[in-house]
Amino acid sequence: MSQSKLPKLRRLAQIVFLVLFFVHLFNTEFRGSLKAATGDIRLPIPYPAIFLLSDPLVAVCNALGSRALYRGLLWSLTILLPTLFLGRFFCGWICPLGTLHHFFSHLKSEKKRGQRLIESNRYKTWQATKYYILAVLLVSSLFGVLMPGLMDPISLLIRSLTVSVLPGLNLAFNAVLDSLYRTNSGVLGFVAHALQFLLNATLLSYKQPHFRQGFLLGVIFITLLALNLRVTRFWCRALCPLGALLGLASRWSILGMEKCASDCDDCRRCLLHCQGGDDPIPGVPWRKAECHLCFNCVGDCPKTGVRFKFPDTGRAERRSANSNANAGPNANGRPNAVRPYETTLIGPQLQRRKVLASVAAGAALLPMFRSTTAFGVEHSPRLIRPPGSLDEADFLARCIRCGECLKVCPNNALHPALTEAGLEGLWSPVLAPRVGYCEPSCTLCGQVCPTGAIWEITQAEKAWLPAASRPGAKPIRLGTAFYDQGRCLPWSMATECIVCEEWCPTSPKAIYLVTAQVVDTQGKVKQVRQPHVDPNRCVGCGACEFACPVKDRAAVYVTSIGESRSRTHQILLQKA
Amino acid sequence: MMPSKGAETDPSNRRNALMKLARLGGLTGLGAATAGLSVWLNARSKHPEENEAASFEPRRNLPPDPNLPEMVIAQGEDPRLLVRKSLEKLGGIRRFVAQGDVILIKPNIGWDRTPEQAANTNPQVVAEMVRLCREVGARKVIVTDVSCNDPRRCFRRSGIAEAASAEGAEVILPEDRYFKRVNLRSLGTWPVLEPILTADKVINIPVAKHHSLPGVTLGMKNWLGIVGGPRVWLHQDIHTSVVDLAEFARPTLTIIDAYRVLMRNGPTGGSLSDVEAKKTLIAGTDPVALDAYAVKTFWNVDPRTLRYLKIAEDRGLGKMNLEQVRLQKVTV
Repeated sequence: MSQSKLPKLRRLAQIVFLVLFFVHLFNTEFRGSLKAATGDIRLPIPYPAIFLLSDPLVAVCNALGSRALYRGLLWSLTILLPTLFLGRFFCGWICPLGTLHHFFSHLKSEKKRGQRLIESNRYKTWQATKYYILAVLLVSSLFGVLMPGLMDPISLLIRSLTVSVLPGLNLAFNAVLDSLYRTNSGVLGFVAHALQFLLNATLLSYKQPHFRQGFLLGVIFITLLALNLRVTRFWCRALCPLGALLGLASRWSILGMEKCASDCDDCRRCLLHCQGGDDPIPGVPWRKAECHLCFNCVGDCPKTGVRFKFPDTGRAERRSANSNANAGPNANGRPNAVRPYETTLIGPQLQRRKVLASVAAGAALLPMFRSTTAFGVEHSPRLIRPPGSLDEADFLARCIRCGECLKVCPNNALHPALTEAGLEGLWSPVLAPRVGYCEPSCTLCGQVCPTGAIWEITQAEKAWLPAASRPGAKPIRLGTAFYDQGRCLPWSMATECIVCEEWCPTSPKAIYLVTAQVVDTQGKVKQVRQPHVDPNRCVGCGACEFACPVKDRAAVYVTSIGESRSRTHQILLQKA
Repeated sequence: MMPSKGAETDPSNRRNALMKLARLGGLTGLGAATAGLSVWLNARSKHPEENEAASFEPRRNLPPDPNLPEMVIAQGEDPRLLVRKSLEKLGGIRRFVAQGDVILIKPNIGWDRTPEQAANTNPQVVAEMVRLCREVGARKVIVTDVSCNDPRRCFRRSGIAEAASAEGAEVILPEDRYFKRVNLRSLGTWPVLEPILTADKVINIPVAKHHSLPGVTLGMKNWLGIVGGPRVWLHQDIHTSVVDLAEFARPTLTIIDAYRVLMRNGPTGGSLSDVEAKKTLIAGTDPVALDAYAVKTFWNVDPRTLRYLKIAEDRGLGKMNLEQVRLQKVTV
């Protein structure tokens, strides 16, 4: 097959993997059949987080942070091992964020036209930044601070889509459908029905999701995409730590580039659509670690000035058979003899000083974070973690802030943290009972967590419903509920209520009622039942806070103390 | 400017003048349009008001038949057989369902619990009711409820969605677009699940449970499941609210599922030790009498102490005094 056909194949691969990514993302939700389910409800497809599980950066950081490799992360070998042989094919052919960046780079832009476009695709020294970022992230992972999740491309993509883009699209689509229904026109109503039917399994959620920090994460995402209008695949070239990791791993790859100076007209068309900024033009070294293997250079070259060689011959410059190193100028008037220079640079050109600075920065992160009061000294009452979460130090050493748990939670209960977990825990999941509570029989968050920050549990291990647990099993607790008696209707407004007691899912209920005599505004004595919490039974699910009619600031609210994942963050004496 | 030439510049001068006139005219038109638009917008200015809610005429009650019992209590092993037998004694399914009817069956699918935990209606009872309706030629049998927990989980784990669909029911999840704002008179305006407004007949199939607020949740309390919105407010005056909603709903038939009864820690339950298998179905046309019978039989509570029953009786929704009710017991 001629190499110039490769870009078409690559485009097909990009589309296939992008579609696959979205199929997986849309299935990371509790939807579908209404078949009876008395046992644990599982997601319909196995490995809903397959893209994260295959992500070598996630695997490496998980291994560094926890000195173990969680469950499905072995899948990352399917990307890492071929990269050793082939190079950064993942970036060019598979990465869904890369595909989106590629698409946006393709849009017409004033700043990227003609010569300016060609110049912008030359290798630039700021492309080395991603390696320094990688150094910071790897070192900090080693010490137990898992920041890589913030910048891992798959994690970033899932998080941004989950928290901002998809909810926004859902809102917009529903608004359009609503307006079509409201016209009361038969034709438009039919169109609306058809659209709804088509999109129900994909774009539309059963319930409109709402997320904290949605706007911020959306703006960051859109900004990254918009940067492509200035520089092609800016994220991939300058910032992506996964790209940097794969770039380092590709130094031994046996897929190499061969440039033929005698065949080259110096038209520079190869640079026109170069994705990686790796200098496929002759006369300068080819930057192996930057190449995305998009093969656009081969596709664009009108002759055969540049070719890929598999296996790599090790000689990146080929002279035509009847030329002589000391002969006169070739057909274009340029000297045939090329001054000796390194034709392929297999690794990034990093400055030792900057690498050391990055390592130092990475090493400094943990002590700087943990010596603040945010970790363990001033416990944040609103740091309520999902059920199955590990102890905070272990949690932060694993959570990559991918947003899978946020996406899958059927009650929209999990949200990206802002201050609850300190700066170190930015965008890790916290339970917000006012928005959604934790359903006793549900264990979906643990099923999708790729790194084990939320360890997968079964309904029996969660043990919130005695009928589904082993007898005598101790329930996983997320926190404890407390009453704000000044805001509670029966406590301070002489009005009957007890919605909290109704909703409390434990049996026997953790909320018990005590009848009390109160005086109402007319001076009449009446009896109301006042609710109390039994901290021995409360599991911290948040159903009481969710249901409480005092919606702006609930009269009963959950705080993290009493969470079973922490040995020390307790109120009551812990008996064996 | 004085034209330097004579005849040639005259037409251009005229053209210039015409264009100036046209421009002036255009500007005047634009000014008039702007003024007109502004005046119109200004006239529309008024304090935003809430949209008018639809009103709803309650259905008529089924005319009583002195030859038939008002309440049938059936006991036995097979829940499906219990449904059939109790309907037989009440006069047959055709007394309640006509061919071509759109039927709404309103079970309790409130909580994310399995059938054994008795927090929702027994799926077999619901399924049998659907089957009977389809048998006599009902055009559509809709099964729905506004669940408290996530409706998808509730519909699945209760087993009701699967069992009802298998018999040909249209199972509807309570989505936002199915709610209509309705003026419920004494209750005010509430978002109501649409099927109850458009159905020809409504059949109430609650499950008998303990509930701390009114004491028990039986037939009349089940109607909280047709409204959405902030229905937790109804807790503040639960007895009056229950009767208000029962007055609005006016079912053709009520079947209290007491096959498994949640005796305590209701309405959510969760522990099998809270459940007692009473293997009973209480079917009838008098919603007050049905609730009175259930609370007396299973919790040994004097119906007169249940405030909502008194309010309902005063409003003419039924009879509380069981001695005045024509009831029939049957063992299957």
